Amino acid sequence: MADQTVPLHTVPHPGRSATEERAAPDGPMLAADGRPLKASLARALRRQKLSAFLLTAPLLAFLLVAFVIPIGDMLLRSVDNRIVPETLPRTTQMLGHWDARAGDLPPEPVFEALYVDLQEAADARMHTRLGSRLNYDLPGISSVFRGAPRALQAMDPDQPLREQFIDANRAWGEMQTWQTIRALSGHYTAGYFLSAADMRPAADGGVELVPERQRIYAQLFLRTLVLSLTITALTLILGYPIAYLIASQPLRTANLLLILVLLPFWTSLLVRTSSWKVLLQQQGVVNDLLVWIGIVSDANRLVMMNNWIGTVVAMTHILLPFMILPLFSVMKTIPPTYVRAAKSLGANDWTAFWRVYFPQSIPGIGAGAVLVFILAIGYYITPALVGGTDGIFISNRIAFHISTSLNWGLAAALGAILLVAVLVIFWVYDRMVGIDNVKLG
Amino acid sequence: MADFPSYTSTGQKAWHYGFRVICGAIFFFLVAPIVVIIPLSFNATMFFTFTPEMLRLDPAGYSLRHYRDFLESPEWQRALRNSIQIAPVATLLAVTFGTLAAIGLSQRHVPFKRAIMAVMISPMIVPLIISATGMFFFYSKIGLQGTYWGIVLAHAVLGVPFVIITVTATLVGFDNSLTRASASLGAGPVRTFFKVQMPLILPGVISGGLFAFITSFDEVVIVMFVGSAQQQTLPWRMFTGLREQISPTILAVATILVVLSILLLTVLELLRRRSERIRGVTPA
Repeated sequence: MADQTVPLHTVPHPGRSATEERAAPDGPMLAADGRPLKASLARALRRQKLSAFLLTAPLLAFLLVAFVIPIGDMLLRSVDNRIVPETLPRTTQMLGHWDARAGDLPPEPVFEALYVDLQEAADARMHTRLGSRLNYDLPGISSVFRGAPRALQAMDPDQPLREQFIDANRAWGEMQTWQTIRALSGHYTAGYFLSAADMRPAADGGVELVPERQRIYAQLFLRTLVLSLTITALTLILGYPIAYLIASQPLRTANLLLILVLLPFWTSLLVRTSSWKVLLQQQGVVNDLLVWIGIVSDANRLVMMNNWIGTVVAMTHILLPFMILPLFSVMKTIPPTYVRAAKSLGANDWTAFWRVYFPQSIPGIGAGAVLVFILAIGYYITPALVGGTDGIFISNRIAFHISTSLNWGLAAALGAILLVAVLVIFWVYDRMVGIDNVKLG
Repeated sequence: MADFPSYTSTGQKAWHYGFRVICGAIFFFLVAPIVVIIPLSFNATMFFTFTPEMLRLDPAGYSLRHYRDFLESPEWQRALRNSIQIAPVATLLAVTFGTLAAIGLSQRHVPFKRAIMAVMISPMIVPLIISATGMFFFYSKIGLQGTYWGIVLAHAVLGVPFVIITVTATLVGFDNSLTRASASLGAGPVRTFFKVQMPLILPGVISGGLFAFITSFDEVVIVMFVGSAQQQTLPWRMFTGLREQISPTILAVATILVVLSILLLTVLELLRRRSERIRGVTPA
């Protein structure tokens, strides 16, 4: 060992003490500083683990605060229902004793509780927010809550309140109103997830599918899935020959061709989407070209934009490099001698490719396909710009609920379903490829 | 003409050329949509297609008016300024945290290595809309929503996986006896890091930084949720432009961005060659 030549034994150093061995005449083997070697090694290992951990700690803490907790917080919103029991604490408690199945409206004390709760809610300006929350489950109810403060002023708390409420708004005399409030009394609800699955609570306490024409999410999830699979298949069909060609070229040519693949990879997503928007328009370059060749008449220009064709074409183009790069990195490790050996044993070109080369490229296909699929399933920008109505994905619906309909709980539930799907595929990818084997260019 | 062995059949020759034609068509599909933007951006009209004058290569068919629009429009200029202010800071954060963590992760004994790696790669995997909504709600709670630092932090998160991947890849070939040699010659850990380790992993750090930069520079979804209208960035402006009234100014901006990506790509390619030379990896 080279250690013997280094005369620096007096300075204890974790890296060195572990490697310097001295045999004591009796007893355990000792390190240079006189400790037992075993303890010294264990200490060095501990220090190494600690230093590795300390190096990763800042990033982990940063990601935790800026990324993991925000996502966890959003996921909690998908079951969060605190607004109802916290805005109507007395009413929801009283409703717990009410038997909805008997078919009678709640008794007078419930209305008294409602009077107090609504008074407080109006003072805290929470009544409209509560109304919009209940409106998700009972369309039309939000106006009842919006008008509640005015209605309360007209009421006399010393007279029976039940009739006064029903006089103020007929909705208070309907069973459905009370059943909905009672169903939403808990701090947590599965209601958003039910909506995300096109279902709703049934009158008998179970769940049922919403009417046929309101079922949009199952179809949307299915479309996201089908379009993502189509895009994955297309990128594979287009990417495989390219990766094969690049892998079989000499280094100089291969590098040049690889740059042609990397250029779109590095070009802004918005640039590529806008160029497809320009190309696929009815007055765009592709249609002009087709008319000029004579395939399409000027009157019947093809509609390739604002529908699913636009989404598929543009996303195939955008995601193609993500298929080619993993395929290429696997293919360049396949020794060409195997194919030559197969041919020398009498296989024709096709057999040699299909029985010898192709099976060895399958890990690349798996890696590329999973990567493209994961990226495709969560796409937002491109479908939003070229997808029209039948080319949008589940992400676009989530964005719609966040910024337009403001039904954040439903957006969170849809997001949670999408996230679980992506994480499952990510897990498969990790098992298949290993996340530390991801390569970029 | 390729040199075929004398036993090559006609079918094989036909396939050899046929295959190249197919690949050429796919390459055309890959590159043409990006290249076609460039001449269209010099269009003298407000149309998005080649005018007859342009096809005749008549100089009257070309003009710089869309570039002038870009330079003279205060909205576009503000968007450009915002992008330039956000991306470098986000990159710096991602590179600093990411490089340290990658060095930690590449050591031999790291507890929970797989789990840590999975967390660090996840910003790349989680759909942007989910990250965006999560950050929107949480950053609103802690007062970061609509602020410059909110966007910078969010973009730094997105850049982290790229830095981790590229730096880890460079560290695979790193010879740890170099740091030991440096320590034996009396250098402390900090000096060893900057004088020995850093120069060797620098290509990985820089290419990770470029990825992080372009990610931030090109990002729309998160900035739309975490940012406010004053923080409109270049891609955001393009997005709204494409959604509402599509004006050819977008083509000029797109061309500028294409040129930028070509520049970045060149830098990256030079770095890759340098890295292979330094580490003595013969290009295989």
